[in-house]
Amino acid sequence: MNHLPLIIQREYLTKVKNKSFIVMTFLSPMIMIALIAVVAYLSQINNNKARTIAVLDETGLVSDVFQNTDNTTYSILKNITLDEAKKQVKAKEEYGLLYIEKGIDSSQITNAIRFYSEDSPSLTIMSSLENKIEKKLTDLKLVQGGVDIEKIEASKTRIDIAQESFTGEKTSKIDNIMKLAFGGIAGYLLFMFIIIYGNMIMRSVIEEKTSRIIEVIISSVKPIQLMMGKIIGTSLAGITQFVIWMVLGGIMVFVLSAIFGIDIAQMQTPQQEMMQQAMQSPEVQNEMQNVMMAFFKLPILNLVIAFVFFFIGGYLLYSSLYAAIGAAVDNETDTQQFMLPILMPLILAVYVGVFTVIEDPHGTVSTIFSFIPFTSPVVMLMRIPFGVPIWQQVVSLLLLIGTFMLAVWFAAKIYRVGILMYGKKPTYKELYKWLKY
Amino acid sequence: MNDLLVANSVSKNFGDFKALNNVSISVPKGSIFGLLGPNGAGKTTLIRIINQITMPDEGQVLLDGSPLKPIDIQHIGYLPEERGLYKSMKVGEQALYLAQLKGLTKQEAKERLKYWFDKLEIGDWWNKKIQELSKGQAQKIQFIVTVLHRPKLLIFDEPFSGFDPINASIIKDEILQLRDEGSTVIFSTHRMESVEELCDHIALIHKSNKILDGKLTDIQRQYKTNTFEVGLQTSQADEVVNAIKNKFEVFPATFKNLNDDIKLNVKLPSNASSNDLLSFLTSKAEVHHFVEVIPSANDIFIQTVKNN
Repeated sequence: MNHLPLIIQREYLTKVKNKSFIVMTFLSPMIMIALIAVVAYLSQINNNKARTIAVLDETGLVSDVFQNTDNTTYSILKNITLDEAKKQVKAKEEYGLLYIEKGIDSSQITNAIRFYSEDSPSLTIMSSLENKIEKKLTDLKLVQGGVDIEKIEASKTRIDIAQESFTGEKTSKIDNIMKLAFGGIAGYLLFMFIIIYGNMIMRSVIEEKTSRIIEVIISSVKPIQLMMGKIIGTSLAGITQFVIWMVLGGIMVFVLSAIFGIDIAQMQTPQQEMMQQAMQSPEVQNEMQNVMMAFFKLPILNLVIAFVFFFIGGYLLYSSLYAAIGAAVDNETDTQQFMLPILMPLILAVYVGVFTVIEDPHGTVSTIFSFIPFTSPVVMLMRIPFGVPIWQQVVSLLLLIGTFMLAVWFAAKIYRVGILMYGKKPTYKELYKWLKY
Repeated sequence: MNDLLVANSVSKNFGDFKALNNVSISVPKGSIFGLLGPNGAGKTTLIRIINQITMPDEGQVLLDGSPLKPIDIQHIGYLPEERGLYKSMKVGEQALYLAQLKGLTKQEAKERLKYWFDKLEIGDWWNKKIQELSKGQAQKIQFIVTVLHRPKLLIFDEPFSGFDPINASIIKDEILQLRDEGSTVIFSTHRMESVEELCDHIALIHKSNKILDGKLTDIQRQYKTNTFEVGLQTSQADEVVNAIKNKFEVFPATFKNLNDDIKLNVKLPSNASSNDLLSFLTSKAEVHHFVEVIPSANDIFIQTVKNN
């Protein structure tokens, strides 16, 4: 008798109707967006504070480089001593005093520049001041050395090497970034999905044990049916949650930008100003076009198909292990000792993906890890945007499916024995014995 | 074929531990079969094998003459000792789910649930969650779910635990009624008074072996010691007691009565009949109480387990 649909239905409905699940589903995108908004808002307030920096330039060399901006005003002091200037700045509660001492020749001028302030100044302000002075002094030195600055500007050259494969496919750095982004997102999504919903499966197995319903159920259905029903039902609930998150997130971003769109434009930070100016230049519009092109140049069909298969395969492999752990223990605190062996390969996969695949997507390490079943879903998903031969994908997938079936067999054994064991915290040795019951 | 369930030399090992050693039982159709034994004797393992939760290493189990098949779970209702329900699920939904797992359609399940809920007067629980019910109330739901699909074979493991005396007697009557309607019941418990009350057959399992089985009355006959409770009224108590002691083996007795001067358990030699004792007693004193001592299930249990 096939009870699988019935079990899937129950697992799905209980998960979806659960209050904390509903709250999580609808609250977490709001919390996420609220958090981002708060952070953005706070950093804006921080940047928006107007400040005045007093400049006492005894050499008179660099006074003209300080131009006021929305947030920063420069007051150029003249004909007073350093001590007077300090007192004055302190009294006015200005941000700080930039002092350039006279009488030291320009080669050693770096020793002659000081910044006095009440608290230690912000890093960005200091580096902005340094940049301004550096540029001015470099120019001055060039002029002193008899070099024509305009010629130097004219001789600056920007290089973008056009990449093309032997088959005539044009690629670019943007392509690579796109590929990384896609691979990274796919791999990371799988990683998160396994951890969140694997845990959910584990908890639901433990719940059946602690509520002592398991023996009643198991006298009606085969343990493996119950386990598969649980895995599939929980996964469907997970997919539902993910879809709702994406839809909600999209709507929220849209609504927020519609409401606050004008505000955001008004409350510009210096970086945003620069960005916006850059956006308008034809060069960047060109870049945008390149990004779009890069997107369409990805092996999208391959990516989608591989994503579906590796996602399902990887997820099922790990979730059957989670189910086995749930069956082996009595309560969640006992799960710790078994979690590490599960998390290790997952974390390893993400690390290999992030550090090795970026460096060399088809290197030995990346290739090997994209075949090992416990890491292949994440690593292979990250590699595929860079173009992986189909035979490699198929072999890796077959290995994954084989391991998955082995894992289900193993998990089902543990599950069958474990669900009826109470009051014992099992060791690995005992789990091994259970395999032979 | 008069036996609904037959287990033929069933053995089961867990690693090095032998949980069942060559155990055979036959459960007659329409009987209430007591499956007894001390804790850890192997009862639950045997019950799980009957429910196909675990598979026997050796031997086989026949239901209605043919080996157990997966489909047979529809004909078995099992109330395990370790039992519970999904705490956050509603009573009605949960009962429907469990009934469907036993092969009923949703419609059938609904009708039968309505019948049982009315019968046990719990109709208003349908939309409550299990966690809102008391333990005894949840047990009632559990009982209904066990019998709902009208199985040929019912297995109850400690069915009365968690019930107050009123509800326990309601459940006991339901079990008897199910038996009268044709179900066969396997009943596992440590409460010997309910064994005596309900069971017609028993099997005793101890340390993985079956050490006793048969009809309860046959076993009691086999275990009886030809002892009689005697209550006498006389003015010369000491004299009479001495006279009896000279002729028979005598033990102190504890039965209740109102005004007897002498209370004794008298054991007869195996060749003597009860009439010999009675005529001897009537010649000495006035007999108020004369009953053969029937060994209780409790005595049989303790005696058999100790001897093994």
